[in-house]
Amino acid sequence: MSNRYEVRLSGAGGQGLVLGGVILAEAVSLYEGNNAVQTQSYGPEARGGASKSEVIISTEEIDYPKATQIDLLLCLTQESCDKYVVDLKEDGILIADSRMVKDLPEGNYRIYNLPIIDTAKEKVGKVFVANIVALGAIAHLVDAVSLASVEKAVLKRVPPGTEELNKKALKLGYDLVE
Amino acid sequence: MSGKEVFYQGNEACAEGALYAGCRFFAGYPITPSTEVAEFLARRLPRVGGAFIQMEDEIAAMAAVIGASLVGKKSLTATSGPGYSLKMENLGYACIAEVPCVIVNVMRGGPSTGLPTGPSQSDVMQARWGTHGDHPAIALAPASVQEIFTETVRAFNISERLRTPVSLLTDEIIGHMRERIIIPPEGELEIWDRPRPTVPPEQYKPYDISEGIIPPMADFGSGYRYHVTGLNHDETGFPTNKPSLVQPEEERLMAKVTENLDILEKHEYTEKEGARIGVVSFGSSARSSRAAIGLAAEAGIKVDFLRLITLWPFPEDAAVQMADKVDTIIVPEMNLGQMIEEVQRSIAGRAEVVGVNRADGEPITPAQILDRIREVA
Repeated sequence: MSNRYEVRLSGAGGQGLVLGGVILAEAVSLYEGNNAVQTQSYGPEARGGASKSEVIISTEEIDYPKATQIDLLLCLTQESCDKYVVDLKEDGILIADSRMVKDLPEGNYRIYNLPIIDTAKEKVGKVFVANIVALGAIAHLVDAVSLASVEKAVLKRVPPGTEELNKKALKLGYDLVE
Repeated sequence: MSGKEVFYQGNEACAEGALYAGCRFFAGYPITPSTEVAEFLARRLPRVGGAFIQMEDEIAAMAAVIGASLVGKKSLTATSGPGYSLKMENLGYACIAEVPCVIVNVMRGGPSTGLPTGPSQSDVMQARWGTHGDHPAIALAPASVQEIFTETVRAFNISERLRTPVSLLTDEIIGHMRERIIIPPEGELEIWDRPRPTVPPEQYKPYDISEGIIPPMADFGSGYRYHVTGLNHDETGFPTNKPSLVQPEEERLMAKVTENLDILEKHEYTEKEGARIGVVSFGSSARSSRAAIGLAAEAGIKVDFLRLITLWPFPEDAAVQMADKVDTIIVPEMNLGQMIEEVQRSIAGRAEVVGVNRADGEPITPAQILDRIREVA
């Protein structure tokens, strides 16, 4: 499982994390030619409650579809950060929203404390594109996927009429990572 | 395989497979984690001249599916545990009236409403024995999104050819999981249709078995009139309680399965030379099992693997083949021990059998299975 790369997007229900995972996995799977499997886990609530979406990327066939040793963890709430950071590999990447996650974990992680939600709200003007801003940052940090592939997958999945908004959100997210 | 490449969820692949198989009718009642099957077909069925109905509950949905099948349409319903329980009465009706139909059960935790969004494999025995009376039971359990597509097609094919309901058992993990799949071009997968009468309406007897154990089935509304009942009946379809007619009919229903094992049984046996341990699993737990067997190989432990694709009828010969070779068989399943009993029954003491069980709404991890492999190694 050496070339297996595990991503978990976590936060609260309604933040678009499942869709974020679907877009990332679709970009890898259809446009990068690697294997990707996306799964999700959420409670019975439509909004609020813990939510997570996982993407496993590999050049080989993927057996177990869930994340156990995470390479990249995205947290859009403090609760999800507290809960899931134990599964993050040593030297793994943690992307935490700087507004929501004030208490960053101790440990040997590459931490990116980024203003994801603020960027969506203030620079794009729509808080609901926070998932796409996050995808931009992820595209910057994950070698297995390019910004162009993610953009293609974003445009395929978002509602008509929101293409420019989402493209902008994606690029802003990409640029959040130095 | 040539075809159209898509990134699909398991439930979407199921719905697409149903359309490929010629399904033109869906009736259901929404329930997590199966609802996407209904959503997909609500959009797509009308475009191919089919019909979608959301019924008032699962009992009515199953009844509508039987009605649609009787007029000649390949019919589907999709549900999860609580709805599967409700469908059992009419599933038995479809068995005795010999009405082809496919029932998808995307398994979640139970009993009752249990864990709506959590995966489970705890309806395995319900798929075999859920409806009362002796009855044929066929259940298929795919383990990937691609396989959900092909097994849905196979479920329809079997159901049509044998005139009996077929259950497709998936679970929340593979039902909601997304993977790249190929939708084969039309004609690449074989499609089977039910046998239809060759005699004119006035000579038609709906349960005439002079030509074989599966009687030809006429479409209601095509000029053939006949009686359909859940009571034991004779060749005309009208009720009978004559012992000399009932016993052979009961036996014939069961023979649909026992005499068609060649088209029903489907499994993968992956053998390692000199292995003393075997794993038997299915559905999403089979993915965890395969990963664990890979990890065991890295640690120098050889493990044979029997992945069940058809759960019912259970492949006794394959289980015995494994039991004759290995000392211990491990059965990982997301329940507190169901399929393990069938393994034990089949192999009749030829090997030790131990389970890896989980019923907390979380998947069985490869590490859990690897621990058990190390314990018995």
